[in-house]
Amino acid sequence: MKVLFRKPRSRARPCTPADLRAAEPFVQLDGAVKHAVETGRNRVVIAAAVFGLCFLALAGRLADLMLFRGGIESSPTRTAGLSAAVEQLPAVKRAPIVDRNGVLLAVNLRSVALAADPRKLMDPREAATKLARLFPELNRARLEEELRSDKGFVYVRRNLAPAEQQAVNRLGIPGLSFHPEEKRVYPQGSLAVHAVGYTDIDGKGIAGAEQALDQRLRDPARMQEPVRLSIDIRVQHALRDEIAQAMKTYSAIGGAGIVLDVRTGEVAALVSLPDFEPLERGTAPADSRFNRMTLGVYEMGSTFKTFALAMALDAGTVGLNGGYDASHPIKISRFTISDDHPKNRWLSTAEIYQYSSNIGAAKMAVDVGPAGQRAFMDRMGMLRRAAIELPEIGAPLYPRRWGTIETMTIAYGHGISVSPLQTASGIAAVVNGGLLMPATLLRREAGEPVPVQRVLKPRTSDIMRRLMRLVVAEGTGTRADAQGYMVGGKTGTAEKAGAGGYKRKSLLTSFVSAFPMHDPRYVVIAILDEPKGTKETHGFATAGWNAAPTVGKIIPRIAPILGVVPVASDAPGVREALMLPPPVPASQERKVASF
Amino acid sequence: MWLPRTDRSLVGRWWWTIDRVTLFALMMLIVVGFVLTLAASPPVATRLNQDQFHFFRRQLVFLLPALVVVFAVSLAPLAGIRRLALAGLAAAFVLMVMTLFSGQEIKGAHRWLYMLGLSIQPSEFVKPCFAVVAGWLLAEARRGAFWLGYPIAALIWTAIIGVLFLQPDVGMAVVVTAVFGAQLFIAGLPMLLVGAALCLAVLGGAAAYSLLPHVASRVDRFLDPSGGGDNYQIERAMEAFQAGGLFGRGPGDGAVKSILPDAHTDFVFAVAGEEYGFAACLLILALFAFIVFRGLGRVLAESNLFVMLAGTGLITQFGLQAVINMGVNLRLMPTKGMTLPFISYGGSSLLALALGMGMLLALTRRRPRVGEAE
Repeated sequence: MKVLFRKPRSRARPCTPADLRAAEPFVQLDGAVKHAVETGRNRVVIAAAVFGLCFLALAGRLADLMLFRGGIESSPTRTAGLSAAVEQLPAVKRAPIVDRNGVLLAVNLRSVALAADPRKLMDPREAATKLARLFPELNRARLEEELRSDKGFVYVRRNLAPAEQQAVNRLGIPGLSFHPEEKRVYPQGSLAVHAVGYTDIDGKGIAGAEQALDQRLRDPARMQEPVRLSIDIRVQHALRDEIAQAMKTYSAIGGAGIVLDVRTGEVAALVSLPDFEPLERGTAPADSRFNRMTLGVYEMGSTFKTFALAMALDAGTVGLNGGYDASHPIKISRFTISDDHPKNRWLSTAEIYQYSSNIGAAKMAVDVGPAGQRAFMDRMGMLRRAAIELPEIGAPLYPRRWGTIETMTIAYGHGISVSPLQTASGIAAVVNGGLLMPATLLRREAGEPVPVQRVLKPRTSDIMRRLMRLVVAEGTGTRADAQGYMVGGKTGTAEKAGAGGYKRKSLLTSFVSAFPMHDPRYVVIAILDEPKGTKETHGFATAGWNAAPTVGKIIPRIAPILGVVPVASDAPGVREALMLPPPVPASQERKVASF
Repeated sequence: MWLPRTDRSLVGRWWWTIDRVTLFALMMLIVVGFVLTLAASPPVATRLNQDQFHFFRRQLVFLLPALVVVFAVSLAPLAGIRRLALAGLAAAFVLMVMTLFSGQEIKGAHRWLYMLGLSIQPSEFVKPCFAVVAGWLLAEARRGAFWLGYPIAALIWTAIIGVLFLQPDVGMAVVVTAVFGAQLFIAGLPMLLVGAALCLAVLGGAAAYSLLPHVASRVDRFLDPSGGGDNYQIERAMEAFQAGGLFGRGPGDGAVKSILPDAHTDFVFAVAGEEYGFAACLLILALFAFIVFRGLGRVLAESNLFVMLAGTGLITQFGLQAVINMGVNLRLMPTKGMTLPFISYGGSSLLALALGMGMLLALTRRRPRVGEAE
C-alpha cells in the first residue's frame, strides 16, 4: 500500500491541495493526458446519452401506464377494488362463457380464502375446534397442528361463501384473515362439460373450450365480453337426456351424440357419456373425462356406406339405375365379405344402401378404385384431425397400404377409424348440397362468412338425401322416423376391435341422420358403446334397434327448439324432393343377369 | 445564508465553489423521500406490529447525520476525498466480510451487521468508496504515472464481487460491476475490449440465469407473467400506477401500501404513483435525471482525469440505482431488490448516499486554475 501512495505522488502529484497551485494550465497538458481527457470527455457524452435513453424510456412507460393505462381499460370494478380499503377486490381474471342464447356456462365469482397467522392466534386448540365445527370437512387434529406451527400464513379453507365468511367473523377469533380470490363456477354442472371443459385451481383452462380458448378468455381487453359458444343448452339437455336414457335402456357402457348445423358447421349440442361434474374433475374416472365424440376414433361401420355411395355417384361409376350382384359373398385372399341382411340377388344402387349390403358397397368402391377412394376420403376430411375449438381431438387411423381389400372394407366402414365428429361434418356435406365446412363450437353471427369447400356435386347431394330418407322410410332405420320431421339417415353396427381381432359381442352402434330431409338443417348422430339386446328388441343389439330409435326420440324434442317446422310427408314439395324413380331398367337387367 | 463573495473562510469558499444547484436538487429529493416514507411506511409498520410512525422516526434519526455527512464531506479537498474513500473502502470491506460470519440472516442472505444498536449494510458504503478509489487508480494508470493501477483496481473489484456473491447479493454486485465498467469505459478502454466486456456481461447474465434458480425464476416471471409463479408485488404495483392517473388518488388515499410488503422500500415509487399521480412521478424522475445530467455536465468540463473518473463513477451508481428501481416498479425489467436513492426507507442506504453525493459535490467544486486569481 505504501508504494501505492508514494509513487503517484512523487511523480505527478495529481490532485493534492498543492496542485491547486502547481497544476499545469489546461492548454499545456502533455499529449498523453490531453488525449486521455479528450477520450474521457467523448465517452462521458456517450454515457450521458445512454442515461438519457433510460430516463426517456421510464418517462414514456410512466405516461403509458398512468395516462393511457398500459392498454388496459379502466373499469369501475378495477378502481373500486383498489379504493375499498377493507376488501381489495381484483377484477375477474377470466371472461365468462355463455351458450348461443346467453345462458351462463362458466363464470368467475369472487370469493374469499380463509387463512390464519398462527403467531397471532391466542388459543390454537379453541380456534381449531370452532373452525372444525363450522366446516365439518376439516380435520380438527390436523388443523390444530397447522395452527400450532410457527408459520406466518396457513390456508384454513379456500373459496368461502359470504354466509360462511360471516359465520367465521362471528367466531371472533383474532389472527384469522380473509383473502380475496376467484372461483370458476359452472352453473350447468356436468350438462355441457365435454364442450365447455374446465380450469385448474389457478384459473388456467385445462380441458375443453376453456383450454382451447384460454388466451381469449384471459385477454384483459375483452374480459367483460363473454365468449359465446354455438351450444344451445336446451338442445344440449334434450340430447344428453335421450342418450342417457338409451344407455340405461340398452345397458350400454357409453354413449355420445351431436347436433350439427349443416349450413354453418355450428355444434348446437355435443354429448359424451358418462360425464362428470366439473368441480369433481380431480376425482372423476378417466373414462368419464374421455370425450367419445371428438377424441375417440372408431370404425363407424355401415354408416360409412353413405360415403361409398356418394363417392360412386359423384364419380359417375354407377347411377341410380345401376346396381351390383349381391347373390354370393366376395372371397378375396383369406377374407369373405358377406351381407348381414342377405337378399342373395342383384341389388339396385338404392337397395344396396337401403338393405345395407356390404357386398354391393364393396363392389361399388372397387369400381372407383383405391386411389379414387383415398382422394375422396381425404377431400371429405376423413384423413385429418377435425378442426374444432377443443384440445381433445382424435387423429383418424387409416391404412398406409390402401389396396383393393382396404377399399372394400372401407366402403362399409371397417379398416378406417374416425371420430364421430368427423363423420358428422362429412354427413353434413353429403346432405347440404356438397359443401364441407369445419365444425365450430363458437357461435357464428348472421351473415358471417362460412369457410366452405365443395366436395360433392349438388346433384349427388340431392340423390343422397332421397336415399337417406329411403332408409328411414322403408329400410333399416324405420325406428328413427319422427313424425313430420322427414328424418333421413343410416345405421351402423361395428364390432369393436379388441386384442386378437373383432369382438362379436362388443358392438358400437350408431345412427347418423339429418332432418328435415327435403331441406336439411341439422345433422344428428347418436352412438351407443356396447349396447345389449332387450326383450323389446327381441335380443337384437344392432343400430336399427337402439341408436335409430334414440334419434327418433331426440329429433321431436329438439326440432321445436331449433325452429324446424313439421311438415306432412305427402305435401307436394316434400314428396317431389324425396321421391325416387322406380328402378324399372334395373329389373330388366336383372332378368338378363339371372339367365 | 448569503455570504459575501469576499468571505475567505472555509464555509465561505465552500459556498461559492460548491454546485449549489445540485445541492438544492438533492435536498428536494430528501424532502420528497421523507414525504413518501411518511405516506408508505405506516401500514407496513402496523402490519409488523410496530407503532405506525416506527419507520418514519427511524429514518428521521438518520436525517441529521446524513445532512452533516453531505456537508462535511463536500468541504474536503481532493486529497481528503481520496483518503476518505480509501479508509472508507477498507473499513467497509472488513465489515462486509464480517457479515459472512456474524451477520444475521434476513430473507436468506447475510448482508446486515448489528452495531451499536443499529443494523447497517456495509456493502452500501463499499459502493461509493470503491467508485472513488477505482477512479483514482485508473486515472493514475491512464496518465502513465502508476502502471499497477489497472491490476490493483481489478483485484479490489474481484474481492468485492467475491464477498457479494457469498452473501449473496447479486444486485449489488451488478451495480458495482456496472459502475466499474463505466469507469473503465471513460478511462479509454479500447472499443474492442468494450465490445468484449459487453459480451462477457451477456454471458454473465446467462450464467446467473442458469446457475442461480432465483434469478432464473424472476426472469421467467418477467418474460411470461401469466405462466404461473408469484408476480404479486409487481401486479399490485401495476394496479397502483393505473389507479393513480394524472394527479393520483390523493395523499393517504392509496391502497397499495397496505398490501405490499416492500411498499416503503423497493416499491415506494408505486406508492408515489398511486397517491400523487403521474405529475409527482415525473417530478421525481426529472430530479434524478437532472442530478445525473448536471453531474455529467460538470465532469465534462473537468480536465482532471481523477475527478472525471471518480465523478462519473459516483453519478453512474446513483443514476443506475434510480433507473433500475423505477424500471422494476414500472415492469420494464425483472424484479430486483434495489432502493430508490434518497426516497426509499433505509438508514444505511441514506448515509451511504449522503457520503457518495458529498464526495461528488467535493469533486465537482470549482477549483481555480493557474492564472486565475486565488
